[in-house]
Amino acid sequence: MSLWEYANPRKFMGWTGPIVPWAFGIAAVCLVVGLIWGFFFTPDDFRQGSTVKIIYLHVPAAMMAINTWVMMLVASLIWLVRRHHVSALAAKAAAPIGVTMTLIALATGAIWGQPMWGTYWAWDPRLTSFLILFLFYLGYMALWAAIDDPDTAADLTSVLCMVGSVFALLSRYAVNFWNQGLHQGASLSLDKEENVSDVFWQPLVLCIVGFIVLFVALVLLRTRTEIRLRRITALERRV
Amino acid sequence: MPELGKYATEVLSAYAISLLLLCGLIGISWIKHRRVKAALERAENG
Amino acid sequence: MIALLIRDLRLAVRAGGGFGLGLAFFLIVVVLVPFGVGPETAVLTRIAPGILWVAALLAALLSLDRIYALDYEDGSLALLATSPLPLEGVSLIKALAHFITTGLPLTLAAPALGFLLNLAPSAYGYLLLSLLLGTPALSVIGTFGAALTVGLKRGGLLLSLLVLPLYVPTLIFGAEAVRRGGEGLDASTPLLMLAGITAGTIALLPFATAAALRINLR
Repeated sequence: MSLWEYANPRKFMGWTGPIVPWAFGIAAVCLVVGLIWGFFFTPDDFRQGSTVKIIYLHVPAAMMAINTWVMMLVASLIWLVRRHHVSALAAKAAAPIGVTMTLIALATGAIWGQPMWGTYWAWDPRLTSFLILFLFYLGYMALWAAIDDPDTAADLTSVLCMVGSVFALLSRYAVNFWNQGLHQGASLSLDKEENVSDVFWQPLVLCIVGFIVLFVALVLLRTRTEIRLRRITALERRV
Repeated sequence: MPELGKYATEVLSAYAISLLLLCGLIGISWIKHRRVKAALERAENG
Repeated sequence: MIALLIRDLRLAVRAGGGFGLGLAFFLIVVVLVPFGVGPETAVLTRIAPGILWVAALLAALLSLDRIYALDYEDGSLALLATSPLPLEGVSLIKALAHFITTGLPLTLAAPALGFLLNLAPSAYGYLLLSLLLGTPALSVIGTFGAALTVGLKRGGLLLSLLVLPLYVPTLIFGAEAVRRGGEGLDASTPLLMLAGITAGTIALLPFATAAALRINLR
């Protein structure tokens, strides 16, 4: 039985059913432990004071904002090539998750930025790229909502996702060119100097894992809902 | 509550808004899930 | 293909084709800006490159939904799809027609409007060059957006939401080229990037546009 068998809607409903509650459970544990650890049991940063605690929400959300779009891109490609409806619906289901993550990243970033940089918003490359990503998500969701026929909608949004991805990368480069920026370099780079120090690192990893598992739980839940919605439409049409 | 010092409002509001958005997302997803599941059962059995 | 081009050009120029509309909009937006930010010339000089580019962008956006809409409604788009012309070619021709009727006039009108905004003297050449290099990209990207939304009744606003984020790289490099030119700095990097984006979109985007058209014509 190939991997693609699992993409069959009925099989998908079958194997994801038991997983969803477990995923939510694991995510809850990771997040609760990670956030409490980070919030209560880590020291203040020398330069940033207690605002460093925002990192436990800001960094995971920002990572998921990008990862969600990548997942949508892969799912869109699978739809276009192999026509698996579950894949198209998974992409549709993931978009609101991505929007929320982007919003959390932008909001926590702005709140963190105010005491650190003296401004809620700065047209820094990384922030600006996230703002553009937010607009891409909105456009994607709006296109899904605007088109009646589900297969046409799936096709058009998949094409949009692909073209959007290329432009997102292009924008990233353009925005970097446009403004050198205030934002700290990558927190998780392999280069030791830029790294967040270890005492913050461990709860941060836990929060990142928590966000990832939460994403999986939500995407599975929402995709199941989309599949059920399609089934309802099919049933109503038969009547 | 740890000593948040002068950044207390920032940290707390960052946490508040993030948790609000997360709970909102989870809540909306859950409510839609329940609603659609019930509708499907009605459509299948009705 | 030339016949298609001429037909589209003629349709655009006819009354109701919206030919002068883009230009008028360009003028209006540029005139509005000093009312919004104040008439102080130093401020205007500094923001002029950006304003001119944003206004050109918005004006290009105006005529996008009519690229396919009229043909779609009366069935001629379906006919075009079944003709021996490849849809990729059709979409390029449509983009070219849009450029000739919108992008080119905007480019030519821009220096006059730059004058209104107190654009730095050395920037005028860069303004013309950047718009000339960049507006084709706006047309090609806009044609893609129009293809995505061609089946929709009130697709105009959605079209803007989809297309404007895609315009950002062109806008960044275009405005930056004019700005650098105005300050006497070397503007070759943004101009090269601009040309690169235009070349890239012309070469690759028609495939996505044709795919979107085929999907919508099913």
